[in-house]
Amino acid sequence: MEQLTALIIQKVPALAVAPWAVTLLLIGIVAFIILQFAMVFAGFGTYLERKIAADIQGRIGPNRVGPIGLLQFLADGIKLILKEDIIPTAADNHLFRMAPYLIFTGSFAAFVVVPFGFSLIAADLNIGIYYVMAVTSLVSIGVLLAGWASNNKWSMLGGMRAAAQIVSYEIPVGMALIPAVLIAGSLSTQDIIRSQGGLLGIFGWNLFHNPFSFFSFFLYMVAALAETNRTPFDIPEAESELVSGYNTEYSGIRFGFFFMAEYADVFVVSALATACFLGGWQIPFFNAASLPPVWANLLSLGVFMAKALALVCVIIWIRWTLPRLRVDQLMRMSWKYMVPLTFFNFLGVSLWVLVFKGKGIPQMIASIFG
Amino acid sequence: MSATIDQTALPTQEMTLNMGPQHPSTHGVLRVILRTDGEVVVNARPDVGYLHRGLQKIAERNPYGSFMPFTDRLDYLASMNCNAAYAWAVEKLAGIEVPERAEFIRVIVCELNRISSHLISFGSFTADMGAFTPFLYAIRERERVNDLFEEICGNRLTYNYCRIGGVSADLTDGWLGKVKEFLDYFEPKIDEYNNLITYNKIFVGRLANVAVVSPEDCVAYGLTGPNLRGSGVAFDLRKDEPYSVYPKFDFNVCVGRGEKGQLGDCFDRYIVRIDEMRESVKILRQAIAMIPDGPVIAKVPRVFKPAAGECYFRAENPRGETGFYLISDGSANPYRCQIRTPSYVTMNIFEKVTEGLMIADIVAVIGSFDIILPEIDR
Repeated sequence: MEQLTALIIQKVPALAVAPWAVTLLLIGIVAFIILQFAMVFAGFGTYLERKIAADIQGRIGPNRVGPIGLLQFLADGIKLILKEDIIPTAADNHLFRMAPYLIFTGSFAAFVVVPFGFSLIAADLNIGIYYVMAVTSLVSIGVLLAGWASNNKWSMLGGMRAAAQIVSYEIPVGMALIPAVLIAGSLSTQDIIRSQGGLLGIFGWNLFHNPFSFFSFFLYMVAALAETNRTPFDIPEAESELVSGYNTEYSGIRFGFFFMAEYADVFVVSALATACFLGGWQIPFFNAASLPPVWANLLSLGVFMAKALALVCVIIWIRWTLPRLRVDQLMRMSWKYMVPLTFFNFLGVSLWVLVFKGKGIPQMIASIFG
Repeated sequence: MSATIDQTALPTQEMTLNMGPQHPSTHGVLRVILRTDGEVVVNARPDVGYLHRGLQKIAERNPYGSFMPFTDRLDYLASMNCNAAYAWAVEKLAGIEVPERAEFIRVIVCELNRISSHLISFGSFTADMGAFTPFLYAIRERERVNDLFEEICGNRLTYNYCRIGGVSADLTDGWLGKVKEFLDYFEPKIDEYNNLITYNKIFVGRLANVAVVSPEDCVAYGLTGPNLRGSGVAFDLRKDEPYSVYPKFDFNVCVGRGEKGQLGDCFDRYIVRIDEMRESVKILRQAIAMIPDGPVIAKVPRVFKPAAGECYFRAENPRGETGFYLISDGSANPYRCQIRTPSYVTMNIFEKVTEGLMIADIVAVIGSFDIILPEIDR
């Protein structure tokens, strides 16, 4: 950001009087772009989900608004905005209004460190992964508030379930990401991706680095599914049990916030898995740094989005295939299986990095053959 | 699986929850009053009667034949079976001889309806468990059964096809061929369902050992149909108290085997229905091969007066034993018509089996008993 500010001031010397204004403006523009991306993706995500669900169930899916129903999400969004925003009289007014914002902020703030491309990242924080874990915790508070403030017993049960679930699965999610951090020696998402480069192509990915990181990827996907409340872990919403869980009483655009946050979460989860295990934006067999910057960025953006969207599709397939766990089975799975396994993986990767000096299996094989 | 909370260590307050009458998985307007300790159900008391229409009283005010359309509204997912059961009851009371072709047609439509009813049961049960896709597959297959019924009687839900003494119209040309086509299409689908969901680990985990009903309890509480057979009691009226032309067919009585947990759990009740669809296919194939030619309705006057007397007739419907107890005083209307419906009887055991379950299990129990509300409330 400082470099960019300096560059602009260098080009337009008149701006040198207020460098802070330039920085502020840049931040604003970046934030706007990211937010727009997140919103559009959330909309596109609903479309994708409905189309895939329709395919799986032998239906047609949305096909009325725009070509092959592509603008369906715009129609849905307009409808949600125009709907009356009902606040139940028995609800706790302030908390009820606040909850969607917390959830929205929690899941959208994570986009800041999503590494879209070679140098396409809003802020390459040196605590990237940790930052994501921290801001997404806001979601659990929001969900709990939403359930509590609705003053509806079913919503409250949903809120309680969600809070318990998100808190439980935060640990395996965090621990499952640690192998990538250990291998890269950095919490920054860009550093993690850079560590998976080289000319090894897909074998440079952390997924194939060592057996422990291989399992970590799957552990992460399972735990992350649970953290985002997606089937088979969607017990906080469980429409057949709790009607709709914590968002039962919400209508209009407040409900839209919950909805968008869910899809934003799905994307963040896929993006993080891509960045940490699937080589992020690394273009196979190419060194992005050797290409002209525009091409490097465009290509790497394409690669990253392709990988992330593939994972999004996997998450959607899972949703429309599997039934739902029960709340006690879910908790048992977290504390009895996921947590010990991720800790074991953590230990394994730590030892691996220590013993083999951070070298992965493909790298070692490559070094044997010169 | 029962979960208990040590009250001495952590005293907690009970919460009263109102599940229904508007709730997505009570299969209609059932209301269950739940007393819960957190997620654990202390007591679940079903409150029925939201759909009471006084069908038994209506029966007394109508000539025998005119009550037929009302039986459609007893169990709307198995209207054919209710139609036929009532017709058989009246014929037994009045001593009417039914042409054999009519009996065969009744058995064919009853078994087709059993398949479509079990499909809905299977589909809505999986939807309750959170898997929505199998539900739409089940609906897709049921649609074909509806098309078949539409062709012979013009209706897709409330068929009103049976008449006292036979059926309203003969089968259309080529209809039996279409049924055969449907059976060839449908039979492999059952394996598809099993691959898709039945043996899914999560699904089994949700159902195995949940709400176990012992065979003794089943008999004591009067459970019938798949719910009774799920507990391992091989009792099927089509075999044990044969009526119509059922003795001519070779089929098995499916019982629960305690496959994935204790005998009589939700999974056993579920798998019995899946197996019964295969048996129905078997019966249908035989019936299509054996159906004779002839008239489809006996000569019965529109308004007739059976001699004074009483009779009870029970038939094996998809949800269990549906019985009609008719008393005649020699007039054109029944003096009394008492209907015994399986789902209503099943509700008696509900409170007992749900004790100590989780809230999510209540949904599983309702789905596994496969209750239908218009039949409970009549």
